[in-house]
Amino acid sequence: MLIPRVIPCLDVANGRVVKGVKFQGLRESGDPVELAAAYAAQDADELVVLDVAATPEARGNHLEVVRAVRQVLPLPLTVGGGVRTAADAEALLEAGADKVAVNTAAVRRPELLTELATRFGCQCTVLALDAARRNGGWEVVIRSGRHRTGDDAVAWAAHAAEIGAGEILLTSWDRDGTGIGYDLELIAAIRAAVAVPIIASGGASGPEHMVAALGAGADAVLAATIFHDGHTTVPDLKARLAALGAEVRL
Amino acid sequence: MKSDVVIVRTGTANLASVVAALGRAGRRVRITSDPEDVAGARRLVLPGVGSFGPVTARIDELGLRAPLADRVREGRPTLAICLGLQMLAAASEEDAGVAGLGILPSVATRFPESVRVPQLGWNRVEADPSCRLLRNGCAYFANSFRLEEIPEGWTGATSDHGGRFVAAVERGAVLACQFHPELSGGWGQSLIERWLEAQPC
Repeated sequence: MLIPRVIPCLDVANGRVVKGVKFQGLRESGDPVELAAAYAAQDADELVVLDVAATPEARGNHLEVVRAVRQVLPLPLTVGGGVRTAADAEALLEAGADKVAVNTAAVRRPELLTELATRFGCQCTVLALDAARRNGGWEVVIRSGRHRTGDDAVAWAAHAAEIGAGEILLTSWDRDGTGIGYDLELIAAIRAAVAVPIIASGGASGPEHMVAALGAGADAVLAATIFHDGHTTVPDLKARLAALGAEVRL
Repeated sequence: MKSDVVIVRTGTANLASVVAALGRAGRRVRITSDPEDVAGARRLVLPGVGSFGPVTARIDELGLRAPLADRVREGRPTLAICLGLQMLAAASEEDAGVAGLGILPSVATRFPESVRVPQLGWNRVEADPSCRLLRNGCAYFANSFRLEEIPEGWTGATSDHGGRFVAAVERGAVLACQFHPELSGGWGQSLIERWLEAQPC
């Protein structure tokens, strides 16, 4: 049986880790390599590194950061941000990523998912899906939350899994950075639509939120703020998850 | 400078993760797709990311089928990872009709619909007590296909994902893992270090 994953996320802009509330008001909180080494020492289950500056400013991928993180990390590494082509993904894989996440480019050109799955395998191909509530459902938002597409998020997840996405990194735009908990209805709706693993993201500030997300159908729980603040470590959090009855890798 | 370990490049794979893990173990690494290097390497890693058909075709194109098969049959120090393990099998449901290296008399099959596919994440590994290299622990997997039984003449470890499946097999100084030891934290790193010390029987 697969053990639920606890995943710290580094949002990186210009080589520094930042964190934002609803993707805005970014402020600096550290060096990505130092933080990656800290999470490696804490034995996190995986690390996600997102270049949050890449899409808005049409910047190339932060290959140097990925190379340096790889050196210190004996754990799975998922990298995203600004990936537009299979060549972009290949460069990240060569630099040290194990999985590549695509968001805006896949919405604009869904065949990108198929191209990545064909060349690198679906286990390498992660759909980063940012979803915002609208009229009792959710719509897909892109360009780091700055553009609402009007597309139905559940339908997009189902289609993406069919054409190549091997995992969905599911972020609630409404909950991101709020600390009030994941959007559980969103997780359940996507779970009902796809068989691939789901990483829940956006809104966690404690182990209760994570247990609820796993109960709603997530396979992994991602958080940034609670770890970077230094208020909690991965082993502390896992001990509290275990006390709440969740299975964790200790 | 003489390289301790040779890594076979069969296309794009997460080679950097393997190189980093070997570097942490203090080993120098060379990446190659030359048949003579593959035949002559003291220690060889066959990483695998991609799909069964195209990677098999690439191995044939590069002339690597015989040197790879020979060293595995002879039990010379070889570490196969993920798709690398499945390449040792006779065939795979992933690309029917394509012949693998055929060292393991097995066919890789897809996980059942009842579980998440691909299997992405950490799973418990139970090693047979007769294993020289493998131990119980948790390993990181990223696969949609798997071998169902440990073949005769090999010992190994199993995990559960919709039923028992082969997590790894070993024989002599050959270790073939369905999981990624290079991504399996301290447990995976020590497995790699034991393999680096392993001598043929």
